[in-house]
Amino acid sequence: MTRLTVNGCSVEVGCDPGTPLLDVLRGELGLVGTRFGCGVGLCGACFVLLDGRVTASCDTPLSAAEGRAVVTVEGLAPGDELHPVQRAILEEQAGQCGYCLSGMLISAAALLAAEPRPSEEAVVRALDGNLCRCGVQRRIVRAVLKAAE
Amino acid sequence: MSVTVGSDGLISVRAGKVELGQGVLTALAQIAADALGADLAQVRMLPARTGDGPDEGFTAGSMSIAHAGPALRADCARVREAFTVEAARRWGVPPDAVTVRRGVFGCGGLTATYGDLAEAVPLDREEPPPPGAFPHPPPPEPVVVGVSVPRLDLPDKVVGRPRFVHDLCLPGRLYGRVLRPPSPGARLVRLRPLEGVRVVRDGSFLGVLGETEPEADRALARLRKAAEWEERDTLPDERDLHAYLRTGPHETIAVLTTTDNPPAEPDTGGSPTTGEPPAGTVHTATYSRPFIAHASIAPSCAVARWNERDGTLEVWSHTQGVHPLRTALAQVLGHPADRIEVRHVEGAGCYGHNGADDVALDAALLARAAPGRPVQVRWSRQDELTWAPFGSAMSADVTAAVDATGMVCSWAYDVWSQGHVSRPGHRGFPGLLAGAHLEQPLTYPAAGEPSPASGGGMARNAVPIYDFPHLRITGHRLLETPIRTSALRSLGAFMNVFAIESFMDELALAADLDPLAYRLAHLSDERGREVLRRAADAAGWRGPGQGLGFARYKGNGAYCAAVAEVEAEHHVRVRHLTIAVDVGQVVNPDGVRNQIEGGATQAASWTLKERVRFDRRRITSGDWASYPILRFSEAPEVSVELVEHPGTPSVGAGEAAQGPVAAAIANAVAYALGVRVRDLPLTREAVLAAIERD
Repeated sequence: MTRLTVNGCSVEVGCDPGTPLLDVLRGELGLVGTRFGCGVGLCGACFVLLDGRVTASCDTPLSAAEGRAVVTVEGLAPGDELHPVQRAILEEQAGQCGYCLSGMLISAAALLAAEPRPSEEAVVRALDGNLCRCGVQRRIVRAVLKAAE
Repeated sequence: MSVTVGSDGLISVRAGKVELGQGVLTALAQIAADALGADLAQVRMLPARTGDGPDEGFTAGSMSIAHAGPALRADCARVREAFTVEAARRWGVPPDAVTVRRGVFGCGGLTATYGDLAEAVPLDREEPPPPGAFPHPPPPEPVVVGVSVPRLDLPDKVVGRPRFVHDLCLPGRLYGRVLRPPSPGARLVRLRPLEGVRVVRDGSFLGVLGETEPEADRALARLRKAAEWEERDTLPDERDLHAYLRTGPHETIAVLTTTDNPPAEPDTGGSPTTGEPPAGTVHTATYSRPFIAHASIAPSCAVARWNERDGTLEVWSHTQGVHPLRTALAQVLGHPADRIEVRHVEGAGCYGHNGADDVALDAALLARAAPGRPVQVRWSRQDELTWAPFGSAMSADVTAAVDATGMVCSWAYDVWSQGHVSRPGHRGFPGLLAGAHLEQPLTYPAAGEPSPASGGGMARNAVPIYDFPHLRITGHRLLETPIRTSALRSLGAFMNVFAIESFMDELALAADLDPLAYRLAHLSDERGREVLRRAADAAGWRGPGQGLGFARYKGNGAYCAAVAEVEAEHHVRVRHLTIAVDVGQVVNPDGVRNQIEGGATQAASWTLKERVRFDRRRITSGDWASYPILRFSEAPEVSVELVEHPGTPSVGAGEAAQGPVAAAIANAVAYALGVRVRDLPLTREAVLAAIERD
């Protein structure tokens, strides 16, 4: 059994320790907000926070999360509340297909936790590991800056 | 009937068009709400499925608002009228004395809601009343059409609620993976037996099933090792796409001829000409674009379940057309179409004919081996980038004769390309990928072309909008192709507008005229002139590093002018795109802006970076390192000017910006560096090669 904390709850998982964390979150824990995009950590769709650091869950084994705290998009804000970036994305309508949003929210939340008033350059840098194909990058940047206000 | 009203007042609209990430269901909900005189909050858009709702073919070609909008408006207006008549009957007043606003019917002091009247108006039990069956009460004033209402789907997506087909969790779900051949010409010659792996094989189609996703992935890895393929070199030389595209056999497509004496005869192709060559100076240039991938962030995914009890097949898919997919599945599987139900579930952001339909067949083939259990199949990133159909490479010659003042007297355009459509059902073929790998393989013809009435494929926007006195436009469709192509956002328009608008700048430069003034001098279309001026004014034309591109999509759709501002030093960087667009009556202004911004950003990515790579055997651009797309640090700021024409028919916005943006960037680079890059993408290497050439 592997013990870890997911969105503030302590969980025990019986999967093989080599199982990708993404599959554990989606398949075992039913947290489907974290998305599969490429499987090798190059697109950011599967980003989660691992002890506060942005981490690609698709190529991180469960064993690497043992005893650590994982936060997914579902855990960015308590209960029905919205994280300021979630709110700002809705205000800016910064989405099209929405598949990449979860990973971007993770990157943005990590940035704002470390740097509550980031410059535009810092926002762009923080999101550069997240790919978006629909082309909402500039709306996302606006939303993150708005969330920081 | 696609509209039902519940006694709780909720009005459900079963759409024929599907949500592809473009926000169409929000826009259609706005149209429905206004036609019903209802509150937007009481309208529920239900996803398309084959069992009921209208068959509106594919959600494609920027036609959803133009086609489905009026049909939905008419349906909803009839519902409103039926409810109006019922309210009038109850109150003993003439129907035209009844008004409706925000879902409440009223007359004098009497009121009734949709919910109050629902039981007395049996919409779901009979065909809708024919148009004109009722006295026509005046339509309510528009309330939400023309307003930037927020997207209906985004609240779920920002909190990670299950929304995509990838998230669909049905009881007893199995996971399937498909092992694609390593190359387009490969054939399975041997499969070593595998213990403890549920393999599904039909000819060269190979898949595995697992109880969990990791189990399916492990099984796939073992299957990969156990399969032996025979491969052949079938692919063309990636470094010489011009030669590949121009070596036949071709089908010649006479797009438009207004003259017997075009300016000059291109090297190959084209019809013989008669008459005297025109007077004037002849200019000519050759342009190209490479093969381009859809490259959605979400891999294609589908769920299928065979029900032994009643012999039905259920499929959940992010297809662009539930009805055409059902027909294609029936063809490949030899199963009656009326025993197949296809339901739309959201998936990848969709920019044309991607792998959505193919993976639905994969899921159906794997699910056949596990009756009664839903099987979810998700493609790998590599499958996505190497097996989904590509947008075709294209090569074009433009030739113009100009008079002493530089004005165009005649114009010839020849474009060589693979076909731009191989969707399910095109020319009667199912077109689904795995069908070609089965023990009894289906053979599909090379991709064809959409009809001219649908805007054509390689010929899309091949006819310039300008007032040229003599024109000859010819397409040459390659008939034998080892590379699978189909519709990619804007089809041939991206390349044709890039070529036409680049050449317009080259002609303007030769005549020593400003590119904007040069275009206006050739353009009598008033809406076009307005859009050009608005883009130029908003951008502060002509600042340093600026370039212009302009077109009217399909010749009858949205007008779009783009001004790009680039920095070109070590590599090309697009700083800003200023885009003016006229889509007729705007249903959702922010929705239009979002589509234009996104389309422009994607077009910048195609223009600057993208090229499907291959050697003579395999497609080699199978990951994000070998097929890079625009990143946050490279995404230009996009400003959108909506040129509003209320009262004119609404046309789509999703494909308006592609061509103008490509041309604007190329023209900006030419202005900034003084060199012309005519072969996309505009990479650093391409710019350096052009500098060396000049």
